[in-house]
Amino acid sequence: MKTVYLDNNATTRVAPEVVEAMLPYLTELYGNPSSMHSFGGQVGKKIRESREAVAALIGAHPDEILFTSCGTESDNAAIRSALTAHPGKRHVLTSRVEHPAVKAFCAHLASEGYRVTEVPVDGEGRLDMDFYRRSLTVDTAIVSLMWANNETGVIFPVEKAAEMARSKGILFHSDAVQAVGKIPIDMSRNSIDMLSLSGHKLHAPKGIGVLYVRRGTKFHPFLIGGHQEKGRRGGTENTPSIIALGKASELSLANMEEENTRVARLRDRLEQELLARIPGSRVNGDRSNRLPNTTNISFEFVEGESILLMMNEFGICASSGSACTSGSLQPSHVLRAMGVPFTMAHGSIRFSLSIYTTDEEIDFVIEKLPPIIELLRSMSPYWKTANPACATDSYSS
Amino acid sequence: MWDYTDKVKDHFLNPRNVGEVENPDGVAEVGSIACGGALRLTFKVDENNRITEAKFKTFGCASAIAAASALTEIIKGMTVEEAAKVTNQDIANYLGGLPQEKMHCSVLGREALEKAISHYKGAPLQMAPGNIVCECFGVTDLEIERAVEENNLATVEDVTNYTKAGGGCSSCHEAIEEIISRVRSRMESKPVSSPRLSNIQKIKMIEETIDREIRPSLKQDGGDIELIDVVGNRVIVATRGACASCQAANMTLKHFVEAKLKEFVWPELVVEEDSQ
Repeated sequence: MKTVYLDNNATTRVAPEVVEAMLPYLTELYGNPSSMHSFGGQVGKKIRESREAVAALIGAHPDEILFTSCGTESDNAAIRSALTAHPGKRHVLTSRVEHPAVKAFCAHLASEGYRVTEVPVDGEGRLDMDFYRRSLTVDTAIVSLMWANNETGVIFPVEKAAEMARSKGILFHSDAVQAVGKIPIDMSRNSIDMLSLSGHKLHAPKGIGVLYVRRGTKFHPFLIGGHQEKGRRGGTENTPSIIALGKASELSLANMEEENTRVARLRDRLEQELLARIPGSRVNGDRSNRLPNTTNISFEFVEGESILLMMNEFGICASSGSACTSGSLQPSHVLRAMGVPFTMAHGSIRFSLSIYTTDEEIDFVIEKLPPIIELLRSMSPYWKTANPACATDSYSS
Repeated sequence: MWDYTDKVKDHFLNPRNVGEVENPDGVAEVGSIACGGALRLTFKVDENNRITEAKFKTFGCASAIAAASALTEIIKGMTVEEAAKVTNQDIANYLGGLPQEKMHCSVLGREALEKAISHYKGAPLQMAPGNIVCECFGVTDLEIERAVEENNLATVEDVTNYTKAGGGCSSCHEAIEEIISRVRSRMESKPVSSPRLSNIQKIKMIEETIDREIRPSLKQDGGDIELIDVVGNRVIVATRGACASCQAANMTLKHFVEAKLKEFVWPELVVEEDSQ
């Protein structure tokens, strides 16, 4: 069975060019970049090139790029560093819809005695900017706001928020794991102090992340060890993955236009067709201000895990904000923060496309999903408008 | 991804008995959309008290659909009395097991069955309402006690897996822990088959229960208790320490000491304070 992979916000396929670029560093070029001999030294040179490629993708200087192990490490390191740099400040400002890498870390900080404020969002997932402005205090050590939401794709006005923070002398971090590679980001034109990104969201392998730290920003290392990353992140470099991320960054830059034209059109077509064919469906999140590859659609009165597993029978991969898929018992914190009603939240499905998504794949989903929803609704005690007699006849065995 | 058995997958992808029985004899709807799972069960009973037809409608995940499908298959052909004995474990076993986190789907099935049977018998379910422990999912202390007892649960996580209680804001975890330890100590010390106790046995058990269940709590408040005599079902005790001069000591004797002794020793025991 062919896999139709529409779960690219979860992780992406490693680009073939990326695999090719990293392979020698898993085989013959295994030297340690810190070594004195040229066998290792040649690897160090490639790492510098990778750093430049990542910097180019986000409009940064290469010396502002720290390689880490993942997005979570980058997020944790950024926030912890800010708190260490400002020992007198005890307040952290974030949002209600952050990824667990920030949200759970802030909850942990609260247990250490820090005051944490979560800025709410409206029904479209848009940040409450008035609340945000009011929450910036002299005690605030750091703001951490995601650039784009992983579940809905909704983009926060982080550049504006960062300016407001800077005017009050407050450090600003953004988890841009979902945004980097999908929308243009230019760190030379904003006042964000620290930014996290993750390789496996942009067609590099898992296990490689980056923390951007603006020149002049005090940074206290999270991992203390060797002199790697100029002493700002100890640990021998994950050479093959760093090379991979460099290549993936080059590709992302080259594919940015396609992502925002062809991929966005595919997403729009998928969305429009599903909404038209399936009654009782709606999009979660601000449609006018989203990542080009993401749509989050709720199907009323059906449960997300059931939808996913029925799509799975056709090789279609997506995600759900339903309780049952998360291992927790409540629907996603993002949809709850948006006030999405329970009838809708349990039946939410996120489709996230990539440059590898084809027209045929979108057609396939448009064909397969409506009957699945109809089938599940025919079994749902809450779906009253369907004709139960017809629906069950075709289904009971 | 959940590790579902082939049987679960089969009952999810090819559910048996979907729909509603016409003119049903037993009907029940349990769960809610807010909780993410709901089940409507209908069945028909013949003149011999046998369930001839059972159908379901469900809103829920794959295991909820499979559990409901399994339930209808299990009870078809059973007498109502036989069906009344079906447990959530039977439903899970029929499916070759469910992931621990999904056991609440089987509990939902058992609840629906119980409710539908009492509907059939014409008696509204005579269950004490209990007190809500988990606000997020509206689960009562009685429901938690029952799940702990029937499934031998030991941790808050177990209770969440089976009843959803504690799966939300987690502010009730302490209360759940208390219920678990209460029920488990009751289960462990419950005389399994001793319809009659000799006086010696009774005294011994009363002493043990005082030592284990009662005295430690009283001591926390600076009080103590002494067993003076046992006459039939009358347990005569003397209060000591802070209890002796406490206005509320009588309440403690009735609602705490007597309740514990009834629970652990003999349901007809009455506690009296030594008058000397």
